[in-house]
Amino acid sequence: MTGSPARAAASPGAGEEAASQARLTAEFEALLAEGETVEPRDWMPDGYRRMLIRQIAQHAHSEIIGMQPEGAWLTRAPSLHRKSVLLAKVQDEAGHGLYLYSAAETLGVDRAELLAALHRGQQRYAATFNHPALTWADTGAVAWLTDGAAVINQAPLCHTSYGPYARAMRRVCQEEAFHVRQGYDLMKALCEGTPAQKAMAQDAVDRWWLPAVALMFGPPDTEAAGGDAKTAALGAAVSRRAIAWGIKRHTNDELRQRFVDHCVPQAERLGLTLPDPGIRWNEERGHYDFGPVDWELYRGALGDDTHTARQRLAHRVAAHEDGAWVREAAAAYAARQSGADTAGTSTEAVA
Amino acid sequence: MTETVTGPARQGTDAALARYAVRLGDDALVLAQQLCGWITRAPTIEEDLALSNIALDLVGHARTLLALGGRLDGTGRTEDDFAFLRTEREFTNALLVEIPDGDFAGTVARQLAYTHHAVLLYEALAASTDPELAAFAVRAAKEVAYHRRHADDWVVRLGLGTAESARRMRAGLERVWPCTAELFEEDALVRGLTAAGAVPAPGPLRERWHEEVAAVLKRAGLPLPAPKWHATGGRDGLHTEAFGPLVAELQSVHRQFPGGTW
Ligand SMILES: [Fe+2]
Ligand SMILES: [Fe+2]
Repeated sequence: MTGSPARAAASPGAGEEAASQARLTAEFEALLAEGETVEPRDWMPDGYRRMLIRQIAQHAHSEIIGMQPEGAWLTRAPSLHRKSVLLAKVQDEAGHGLYLYSAAETLGVDRAELLAALHRGQQRYAATFNHPALTWADTGAVAWLTDGAAVINQAPLCHTSYGPYARAMRRVCQEEAFHVRQGYDLMKALCEGTPAQKAMAQDAVDRWWLPAVALMFGPPDTEAAGGDAKTAALGAAVSRRAIAWGIKRHTNDELRQRFVDHCVPQAERLGLTLPDPGIRWNEERGHYDFGPVDWELYRGALGDDTHTARQRLAHRVAAHEDGAWVREAAAAYAARQSGADTAGTSTEAVA
Repeated sequence: MTETVTGPARQGTDAALARYAVRLGDDALVLAQQLCGWITRAPTIEEDLALSNIALDLVGHARTLLALGGRLDGTGRTEDDFAFLRTEREFTNALLVEIPDGDFAGTVARQLAYTHHAVLLYEALAASTDPELAAFAVRAAKEVAYHRRHADDWVVRLGLGTAESARRMRAGLERVWPCTAELFEEDALVRGLTAAGAVPAPGPLRERWHEEVAAVLKRAGLPLPAPKWHATGGRDGLHTEAFGPLVAELQSVHRQFPGGTW
């Protein structure tokens, strides 16, 4: 958008404010329509900024909360090779969290603020991670299915309209694609192993399929998805706004279909059954049909107040609180190093 | 460390070197296991990332060293056989890496002691008569040098940070320091290998280690602990009570699926 009028600082006279605002918005939307990216110093509508902050923060939170179900298996990985792979993956997820918090910070919020909102339960993360990871095979199912869903969800975000977010997502997506392959490879090893190993793999897929299909793509946002009309209409309105602003590129339901189309042949190759009797190839549509998600029932079973959901947040808050003295020490040391610390608490601290 | 030994003498050295490699592999594996326990609980996301990165390197070292042990001792045991199918009494790590470290300052204190030791040892092992061990040591020394930098930086930050961080850092050092002497223990195995030129003598390493850690602690305004007792026994498989649960956790999934492939 360099050189565009929208980039100029908005400093309207008192009476002209509304008109100027409308003109800037129109110009902003026209530029987006041309496929230009928005950079941190560009003018942007408040709604666009708010929608981005909410989405990027939720994404960043999902990365770090998502480390928990898999991280809990690091000490129990059944081979040193798998331990290495899982360590590398969890490390990547921490990195994704960092890139995304940095992208959010370009919009005028800071990481501490966003984390505080997460800890107070005011900002959300992908509810998929409120499912418990009960066995070793769950780490494979999560990587194959949940990261797989993330790749499909996030690939279009590499071209999202906000520059810093798009650039962060390009790095994230590359690594996510790698996680999916490793997850598939882990499941393959289990499927080719003993009957008990294969049974563990099938059980994990039985439990992680629905969370991936339903929760990683959000609520239905087209009537065709067969959800209730009110939910679909509401979802559609939000998606339309996000698509108009170039934050989203596809509806939730389009992406969900793409995911199912990806997974069905992979599951067949593994010899695993996806727990949806409605899955069958539809020659006419050129896609796999799949059973509608019973959102009402599903939401009831997965409130924010399940045991695992409480556990995820409590774990995160405990880590934050237990580490407070470390962060305070690092800040005090940094302040002293930069010479900004002339007197006060941290000077007496070392006495 | 240049003489080429053949015949039965060579076999004796190989068996001894196998045990030595497994000791170092066990150190790396058990320390990695401890660091895995931090991930998602670290004070910052940057630390989650740093500690998982260090743990990843250590698992890599364990894999190479344990596999080397299985080749040199003629049993053909794999890295996973060593990690998942031995009993507590068969692990030969130093006690330093297995004791509970209390808090982040304890972890940093342990990392300080271990990393300075490991860099010095691996740099010296690069001259080993065993080509595989030497090649490994060259690579590992470079990696552990980064871990040492991470530890040094935290020791200084916590030592000079706040009253609380300095207090915790002193307590962490007091907690782990009685276990540092064992890293340089010179038992019959080490003496034999030193004489054969296969591994460095621990005495000079210990002196350099002492100078280095004392210098870091001085920069951090922290006293060098002077423990009145020294823990020992790890190299003979005599561990602490905390070690049983650690091994049980490490091996649980592997042992639940006999004959499994991963
Ligand atoms: Fe990620
Ligand atoms: Fe991932």
